[in-house]
Amino acid sequence: MSIISLIIKREFVAKVRNKSFIVMTFLSPLLFVAIIAFIAYLSSMKADTKEIAIHDESGLFVKEFTTKNKDDDAYKYIDLSTTAVNALKDSITKERYEGLLIIPQSSEISDLETKIQFVSNSSPSIVFIEQIQKTVANKITKINLYKANLDTLAIQNAQSKVNISLAKASGEQSVKGVNEIKIAIGGGFGYLIMMFIIIYGNMVMRSVIEEKTNRIIEIIISSVKPFQLMIGKIIGTSLAGILQFFIWAVIGLSIMFAASMFFGVNVGSATKMPPELMSEAQMQITNTAQLYITELWNLPIATILIGFVVYFIGGYFLYSSFYAAIGAAVDNQTDSQQFLIPIIMPLMLSVYVGFFSVINDPHGTIAVVFSMIPLTSPIVMLMRIPFGVPLWQIAISVTLLFATFFAVVWFAAKIYRVGILMYGKKPSWKELYRWLKYTG
Amino acid sequence: MSNLLEVNKVIKQYGDYVALNEVSLTVPKGSIYGLLGPNGAGKTSLIRIINQITLPDSGEIILDGEKLQPKHVQYIGYLPEERGLYTSMKVGEQCLYLAQMKGLSKSEATKQLNYWFDRLGIQGWWNKKIQELSKGMAQKIQFVVCVLHKPKLLIFDEPFSGFDPVNANIIKDEILALRDEGATIIFSTHRMESVEELCDHIALIHKSNKLIEGKLDTVKREYKTNSFEVGILSSNVEQLMYALTQKFTVSPANFKSLNNELKLAVQIGNATPNELLNILTQQGQVTHFVEKIPTVNDIFIQAVSQ
Repeated sequence: MSIISLIIKREFVAKVRNKSFIVMTFLSPLLFVAIIAFIAYLSSMKADTKEIAIHDESGLFVKEFTTKNKDDDAYKYIDLSTTAVNALKDSITKERYEGLLIIPQSSEISDLETKIQFVSNSSPSIVFIEQIQKTVANKITKINLYKANLDTLAIQNAQSKVNISLAKASGEQSVKGVNEIKIAIGGGFGYLIMMFIIIYGNMVMRSVIEEKTNRIIEIIISSVKPFQLMIGKIIGTSLAGILQFFIWAVIGLSIMFAASMFFGVNVGSATKMPPELMSEAQMQITNTAQLYITELWNLPIATILIGFVVYFIGGYFLYSSFYAAIGAAVDNQTDSQQFLIPIIMPLMLSVYVGFFSVINDPHGTIAVVFSMIPLTSPIVMLMRIPFGVPLWQIAISVTLLFATFFAVVWFAAKIYRVGILMYGKKPSWKELYRWLKYTG
Repeated sequence: MSNLLEVNKVIKQYGDYVALNEVSLTVPKGSIYGLLGPNGAGKTSLIRIINQITLPDSGEIILDGEKLQPKHVQYIGYLPEERGLYTSMKVGEQCLYLAQMKGLSKSEATKQLNYWFDRLGIQGWWNKKIQELSKGMAQKIQFVVCVLHKPKLLIFDEPFSGFDPVNANIIKDEILALRDEGATIIFSTHRMESVEELCDHIALIHKSNKLIEGKLDTVKREYKTNSFEVGILSSNVEQLMYALTQKFTVSPANFKSLNNELKLAVQIGNATPNELLNILTQQGQVTHFVEKIPTVNDIFIQAVSQ
């Protein structure tokens, strides 16, 4: 057995046998399900209805509020136009009402645009205020139209709603919202890579620090080259990680399968309805669903999967080399913080770029540039691929990634080689630079 | 080929700090070679270079007639001063892993491991984790790891630290047995009495330079001061002292004896011991007459303080 595979095997076995690894592997999916269930439970609970007092001296708007918002559970408007304003303000301070809307008497209706007041102890949400503004503005517009002798009904009829349907040049019909699916797929894979790098990169680092604090390192590198040890460690740890993800996937799929079996019964009873009773709306939903499915099948699935594997390997190896070098440079985990920040930053950045720039403009300058930079490309490019990326861009990005990977492994191995034999010193960046220049 | 290891003018620098300054050593085959020196002298740097953990800036190392190269790691067994093993790994597995890294096949490693565990009477430890063992027990495992692949060259850095006297003796006997089986042993230590007991060759490194090297008795001969410890029962001390100080340098000495005699240290310079004896026998009853041979400790202190 070659030395590297020997090291890989040991690292893998050491990780997999670790109690926390076993616990995490089987507990995480349960925890995940529990969190989802908890969120679902929370969101199913109804929020308390808040009561808002309206003091409408003009008498023009109170109806708009009391009638219009009947369906809205969150807020209930109470007409208190006859009560004195000061008394109402008192009841606000006593928290009898959540808020008080004061609409003064005014001869000119346009004066009201700026004179309406909302009194509240707590600061109301922007959405809520906008809702009030919209209601008032609509009413004022209506009154203005009426005053100008315009037929409000005719205007209402003249307004149109536009619904653009998307299609590709190849003639297939597209569905709206498919971009969200694309970003979700790309984002999901990108996020997976980021999580993997952070979790297992840290594991690599801890394992390097462990060898240093155990002082076994000297025995090991009297038998193997530090580079072999580093590569073996990175691969062994990643295999353990892949096994963990695989188990999670199996557990996740079984839970999903179990869930669909459970819900499948309900779906079955619904389809037993005679076809003529199926409403047109339901037919439409089925059609849309079919469109989504075709759209999904039209995604460059092969490119996405191959891209995922390639960027996963490149990205993970690149970052783990950093982690290994940091582990070698420090004596304990607390010292590693100053070196970890520059590693976490590009990872965070790529997720932000992915969710803000790529979703806005998948082929814009920012998205393209960040999908080329090796530290961010594994995540950003994966998010772009579902939108269709020209092959030459992928080629450049992958080449850059792997070129950087080899350079970083080389540098990391140098720091690693010097660092693993250094004890008791908390190195500075300057020191690390000096280590790079050591020959032996 | 009578030398197993030759170190030729090795220089090693860390930044501005010179760790080894043109150090040359010759380690004869089958010897127990004591590598001595104060802390920070450069011993560990040299040992790391021999183990190919680091590379020298210049100079070369010849192992068994060949220039040192990666395949040689399997001919060397190394017990570092800073002991360490994977604490959460089982003893047997760990030893097999480390032996395989030295190029042994798994079956050969198992065979050797069984042999050594039987020999040291530690078969029961096979499935224990290192963290369940005491420090001394872990040291024993480390010793086994070091010798498992039957290396031609064994490098022990402070091998007895951490052992109780009984176990230190067991290890000492094992080291001698390994030497008798043909292994060459480099032995780095501060404990001079064990050097005295075990080593046939020594080298002294001080402040990155080699000061002394050679067979232990040759070195001792070089460092002897031609002094004798003398015990004498004399009726006329004044006359005795006068006769002695005429020819030699005399100082009081201190050694254990049963009589209440006069104890002296006499440096005879170029004279022969017989001349001293003649004077002594004329003046009284000689009870004690021993040449003062420098201990390694004396040599060490003398060389370092020069």
